[in-house]
Amino acid sequence: MTYFSLAQEVAQQPSGGLHGVSLATFKDAEHIVRLAVASAIVLVIFLLVRAHFIPKSFGQYGHYRGDALAELSAKPIHYAGHQACEQCHPDVLDVKKMGKHAGVNCEGCHGPLATHADDPGSVTPVLPDTKVLCARCHEENLAKPKSFPQVVTAEHSGGEACKTCHQPHSPLLAPGEKTKS
Amino acid sequence: MITRRRLLLLLPAAAIAYPYVLMGTPEAAPNYDRAKHWWGMLLQVDKCIGCGNCVRACSAENNVPEGYYRTWVERYHVTGGPEEPPNVDSPEGGIKGFPPSPYTGGKNFFVPKMCNHCVDSPCTQVCPVGATLHTPDGVVLVDDKYCLGCRYCIQACPYGCRFLNPVKRTAEKCSLCYHRITKGLTTACCENCPTGARQLADLKNPDDPIHEFLRTHSVQVLKPHLATGAKAYYHDLDGSVR
Repeated sequence: MTYFSLAQEVAQQPSGGLHGVSLATFKDAEHIVRLAVASAIVLVIFLLVRAHFIPKSFGQYGHYRGDALAELSAKPIHYAGHQACEQCHPDVLDVKKMGKHAGVNCEGCHGPLATHADDPGSVTPVLPDTKVLCARCHEENLAKPKSFPQVVTAEHSGGEACKTCHQPHSPLLAPGEKTKS
Repeated sequence: MITRRRLLLLLPAAAIAYPYVLMGTPEAAPNYDRAKHWWGMLLQVDKCIGCGNCVRACSAENNVPEGYYRTWVERYHVTGGPEEPPNVDSPEGGIKGFPPSPYTGGKNFFVPKMCNHCVDSPCTQVCPVGATLHTPDGVVLVDDKYCLGCRYCIQACPYGCRFLNPVKRTAEKCSLCYHRITKGLTTACCENCPTGARQLADLKNPDDPIHEFLRTHSVQVLKPHLATGAKAYYHDLDGSVR
């Protein structure tokens, strides 16, 4: 049975219309039924396509894909964090926490070392060059807070590596001596 | 007991699965409860030395393309009153630090900038596909799998914190290191700030020192007149900073 003959049958039924008005009372009533059937098919296709393309988690927390949160949380880290460093290097922590660099975290100078923390045997960090490293923070600059210790490295050390005199983990010099043993 | 036929069937299956076994699945923070956190950041202008550690750390942690910055540092030189525009520079976002200042006198200071993780964020409101999102724990993120790259959000952000990733062609911004903070770590910039000028703040954690700081110090957000509900709290912020 085709849609058209079905439509005609419905249209010819005396009780088929709204409020007791038969569809047959409308001229060319099958057009309406045909349109309704076509609209229903389009609606069903639209709903199916929509259900297919909208991710299951969309709207879980708001107008976005809820799964995105877990995906973004799962990205790999590159900086292990000072807690990880301190587990294996408590000796450095002991030196550092007594000195002026107590608040400076390990990877701030040594760089991102999550791979080293995961596998200390195969990934070994490169020792930073103190000539470059220390100047990043301690080179004199007008915009730095006045209380922050600053030097003009060219005058202060004349190109000598800072660690010749200062121990980077606890850099303050006692009068007349080197901190580095 | 595995029959020969079964073993022959299993071998190709194992061969297909093996690369996935090697890849491993990244840790997805199973013990993290999003309802128990509300993240923001405290930035102390009087402590910033413009070393650029935060910018370098951010770039390394988040694979930020060269020449683009999720966080950056600006250097201000203010001579006049509030009407006079300040001199601001930020060479390469401050990733290599700052050269000596060409000025003398006046007010000189560094201001670290980043996404303010606004509560009523203009960028989230304009996204036509729901790719920019506001998490239940108060972080504004970009779902890069869903982003079309239409750049509405880049125009909408009043703080200039967004850019289009030149490789992925999707919007990118500071994620407040969501992959770190959900694992109990601090952000890469806070981890590497040598002076503590940046501090991650969990406003729902009663033990977080941020509450004591907010009670006892003067704190301002950027562009408060826009009522974006910014959660990057600046201490000692000069009125010339926009």
